[in-house]
Amino acid sequence: MKLTLKIWRQKDREETGGFETYQVEASEEMSFLEMLDVLNQELIEQKKEPVAFDHDCREGICGTCGMMINGQPHGPLKATTTCQLHMRHFNDGETILIEPFRANSFPVVKDLVVDRSAFDRIIQAGGYISVDTGQAPDGNVIPIEKDQASSAFDAAACIGCGACVAACPNASAVLFTGAKVSHLTQLPQGDVESKRRVQRMVAQMNKEGFGNCSNISACEAECPKEISVANIARMNREYISSSFSTDKVMD
Amino acid sequence: MNWLSRFFTSSIGRKLIMSLTGLFLILFLVVHLVGNLQLLNEDDGFSFNTYAYFMTHNGLVKTISFGLYFFIVLHAIQGIVVTIHNRKSRKKNYRQLNFREADFASRNMAVLGLLILAFLFMHMGDFWLKMKMGQLDMVKYDGVNYPVNDLYTRVNTAFSVWWIVVLYVIGQIALFFHLKHGFYSAFQTLGWNHPKYTPIIKGIGLVFSVVVPLGFALIPLYIYFVR
Ligand code: HEM
Ligand code: SF4
Ligand code: FES
Repeated sequence: MKLTLKIWRQKDREETGGFETYQVEASEEMSFLEMLDVLNQELIEQKKEPVAFDHDCREGICGTCGMMINGQPHGPLKATTTCQLHMRHFNDGETILIEPFRANSFPVVKDLVVDRSAFDRIIQAGGYISVDTGQAPDGNVIPIEKDQASSAFDAAACIGCGACVAACPNASAVLFTGAKVSHLTQLPQGDVESKRRVQRMVAQMNKEGFGNCSNISACEAECPKEISVANIARMNREYISSSFSTDKVMD
Repeated sequence: MNWLSRFFTSSIGRKLIMSLTGLFLILFLVVHLVGNLQLLNEDDGFSFNTYAYFMTHNGLVKTISFGLYFFIVLHAIQGIVVTIHNRKSRKKNYRQLNFREADFASRNMAVLGLLILAFLFMHMGDFWLKMKMGQLDMVKYDGVNYPVNDLYTRVNTAFSVWWIVVLYVIGQIALFFHLKHGFYSAFQTLGWNHPKYTPIIKGIGLVFSVVVPLGFALIPLYIYFVR
């Protein structure tokens, strides 16, 4: 299949950048990233700078491969990362618009690569358990409801790709932060520190300059792991209740 | 007190204020609509005018109405602050952004809110201010031993003008969209989201957002076309 690609090219953080148009010949069974590999191979052969994009696992679990494809993070297929999107979902002769994720808190590093270290700093602020929890314990040593374990697991499925921020008209990071808060707070090992955790993570999220949540739910619709906005609600009630708690929650 | 200011300037704290003030305004809408439907009674304004007298002279109602003015100003200011911050958090915008989901109302709450605010200024200027300035005629009803403002006649006069009726209907359309998203959104902000309750909240929100603005719109339409 013949495709026309309009790709955002930007040398470095400082350059203004702009769209460039390319033609590429791809086949239907290629993944979207493989299609970009083909383009890059051609660019290299022409002694041109290849298009920079993030990728690592190429199996939908690492969360690095996010980009905007025709105005949607990770492209048109629901619950699918860019690396798992295949060219059979596009038509021969189609023009595809490819842009980096955009948010002030995700500055463009080069072409389609954005700096998502703001997410790392939110995790560093509290997205962990402070003590060593050891090896996986034997089943039922720590009693936990099946439904609650499943709910924690659903939240834990977040791969930190940033599509939620990219899709949000407010560039808000509440789905990501809500998922991380929800993951740990619903587990016995994580519950102990839940008040401090939500306080610190939300404070860091605000400090990074992400927008506020208007409950638009564009994030949930675009999330490759279908993280539910119920996790945002959980973070909200944890944040509100811990703010009024008599425990010391902030230094 | 550091914790309080930290909470109320945090993203979630600000939204909590929006949510609580919004829910208060929703309660107010119910009371306001039930009272105003008395305008449809064919009793020369007896029930409506005596009700309006009560609402402007009862101490408790007067106190609550000061709360109402405060909350609406707080809701509007907070809404504008939050929206400005949201707009600024993506300085460089997309060439193209498509939404799989994200309805019109939820993305335009501030515009809808400002429309409602503009409507409120017009509405208060037309009725409330004229009454406060003593520009209305007084009427005396049998069995009531004091004269009351004839707000009923003022309302009828206003709603015999076609463009005022049109502006009122537009105001209610804006309110419909604001509530269509706002009702559910307020509960989500409070952290109330559960498979058991959220469908109910969404359902009630949709019915509420249709019925209440429709009820308000009915008054000018009835007066213009029927009376
Ligand atoms: C009768 C009048 C009004 C009612 C019943 C009402 C109700 C609500 C409710 C329930 C919400 C949801 C809060 C949340 O998301 O937690 C909301 C949001 C909002 N309201 Fe109002 N509102 C009214 C008037 C106004 C006015 C006059 C403004 C003026 C600017 C305004 C601006 C906003 C904005 C900007 C939001 C969304 C905030 C966000 O993006 O998260 N509203 N409103
Ligand atoms: S919540 Fe979903 S969209 Fe957001 S970072 Fe996690 S996996 Fe990506
Ligand atoms: S490359 Fe790892 S999720 Fe796509």
